[in-house]
Amino acid sequence: MKCQFCPNEATVHLTKIVKATPRKQEVHLCETCARERNLIPDQATPHVDLKALLGLLLGPLQPQSAGKPRAVETPALTCPTCGLKYEQFRAEGRLGCPDDYVAFQSALEPLLERIHQAQTHLGKVPAAVRRGHREADLKDLKKKMKAAAKAENYEEAARLRDLIRQKEATDESR
Amino acid sequence: MNLDSLLPNLGEWLRGSGPESDVVVSTRIRLARNIVNFPFTNRAGHKQKAEILAKAQEALVHADLPDPLQFIEVTNLTALDRQFLVERQLISRELATVLDGPRGAAFDAKESVSVMVNEEDHLRLQVLRSGFALDEAWQDIDRLDDALEVKLTYAFHPQFGYVTACPTNVGTGLRGSVMLHLPALGITKQIDKVFRALQKINLAVRGLHGEGSRAFGDLYQISNQVTLGKSEPKILNEIREVIQTILQYERQARAALLKERRQDEQNRVARAIGTLSSATMITSEETMELLSAVRLGIHLKLLDDLPPTTVNQLFIHTQAAHLQKLMGQPLDGEERNAARAKYLKSKLRELGSSR
Repeated sequence: MKCQFCPNEATVHLTKIVKATPRKQEVHLCETCARERNLIPDQATPHVDLKALLGLLLGPLQPQSAGKPRAVETPALTCPTCGLKYEQFRAEGRLGCPDDYVAFQSALEPLLERIHQAQTHLGKVPAAVRRGHREADLKDLKKKMKAAAKAENYEEAARLRDLIRQKEATDESR
Repeated sequence: MNLDSLLPNLGEWLRGSGPESDVVVSTRIRLARNIVNFPFTNRAGHKQKAEILAKAQEALVHADLPDPLQFIEVTNLTALDRQFLVERQLISRELATVLDGPRGAAFDAKESVSVMVNEEDHLRLQVLRSGFALDEAWQDIDRLDDALEVKLTYAFHPQFGYVTACPTNVGTGLRGSVMLHLPALGITKQIDKVFRALQKINLAVRGLHGEGSRAFGDLYQISNQVTLGKSEPKILNEIREVIQTILQYERQARAALLKERRQDEQNRVARAIGTLSSATMITSEETMELLSAVRLGIHLKLLDDLPPTTVNQLFIHTQAAHLQKLMGQPLDGEERNAARAKYLKSKLRELGSSR
């Protein structure tokens, strides 16, 4: 079998089992191309570059020497806070400031999907942020309660009042 | 602060006790955190780094914690002291030598909690525990994180969670690592199979000193790669399940060694002790390999009365910076190999005569 990137014989064979169809995706490369893509570590360590492996399996299969230039989609984004360009981030691998996550959000989402198979945080939230949410929720409920009272929907207003009391009584630390 | 006071102690991670300590050396959890209104460290200027350091120092020194933290500025330390802290796993090699500008570290007297300032992220919180103790380590670091958050405002994105300089850490910012001693899987040549399986499920395997370091003395760190989209307890549970499986494999391999080639093993352990106690020059790598055999010998009960903490003591004291501190003078590579051999010889003789 030939390497999918050059005319050499393929000696490295990767198979990815995916749930959707096609069930199996195969990549075949020669040793040189595999090394170029960081799939084989230089030293004899048990460490395989997982990111490179995933990148190859998840990314579109494109020989590097293909005739037409590869249209690499690097969005022309710049962070207004720190001035970092998205392409700079792609070259260096490090973001410049917290606001980059806002400025580059659209470009970061697919990247995070590839790295983490997820785009949304599920875990600890700073207490200050939690308090902020709670206050916003309470404000919203109070507004609704007033509206219900004004519309003489007293049953609904009473339900909301109880809900507000309950929320206000709960410990705000967690 | 005189770091030499730490020298006689083993530090939390080498205490040699804790759950499953026949295989699990230590458990470590780290959290990456950044402070609002500052660029990440790599794009921060000298003045901004100094400001971040001052804010962090204020928070670290005054945080409401069960054990107070001692704060040090890395730039005030000698190269030897920095290396010393790296060997004790309290700071990273990057913070010690690669990065520049104002940066700091704080740790408690037990050397269980440490915080690096102006590493890749503004703050890198770490908790070390002896043995397999993911829950305890998480409780400690969660509390430390809460205590610091009272004093500092963390950069947090409603969708992405705790933001970090590198997107591989975003979300929880959590990396859980368990350090395992896996000599029997090495001897029976099953270790590569285990690692291939781990990589398929997104867990990383590294050597003693983290990313890019080689595995010496059959010590491996297993850690999560994914930090986004899973809660902290879920991430830790996934590590726990895998470690439990590896524990079983290692213990099975050890039982098989005892059953099938007990004499070979006894010979290997005896030779290791022999070399350690009679060499006149020895490298750190060879010491680690031989100590690995001794450690296994202790747990297989092929050696009488040598406590596991001895191995840990020899292990830490024979590393370059520790050795130079013990000898009280700077030593070059050759001198270190001679000093290391001398230290091992006298320590093992001391233990032999007390037995």
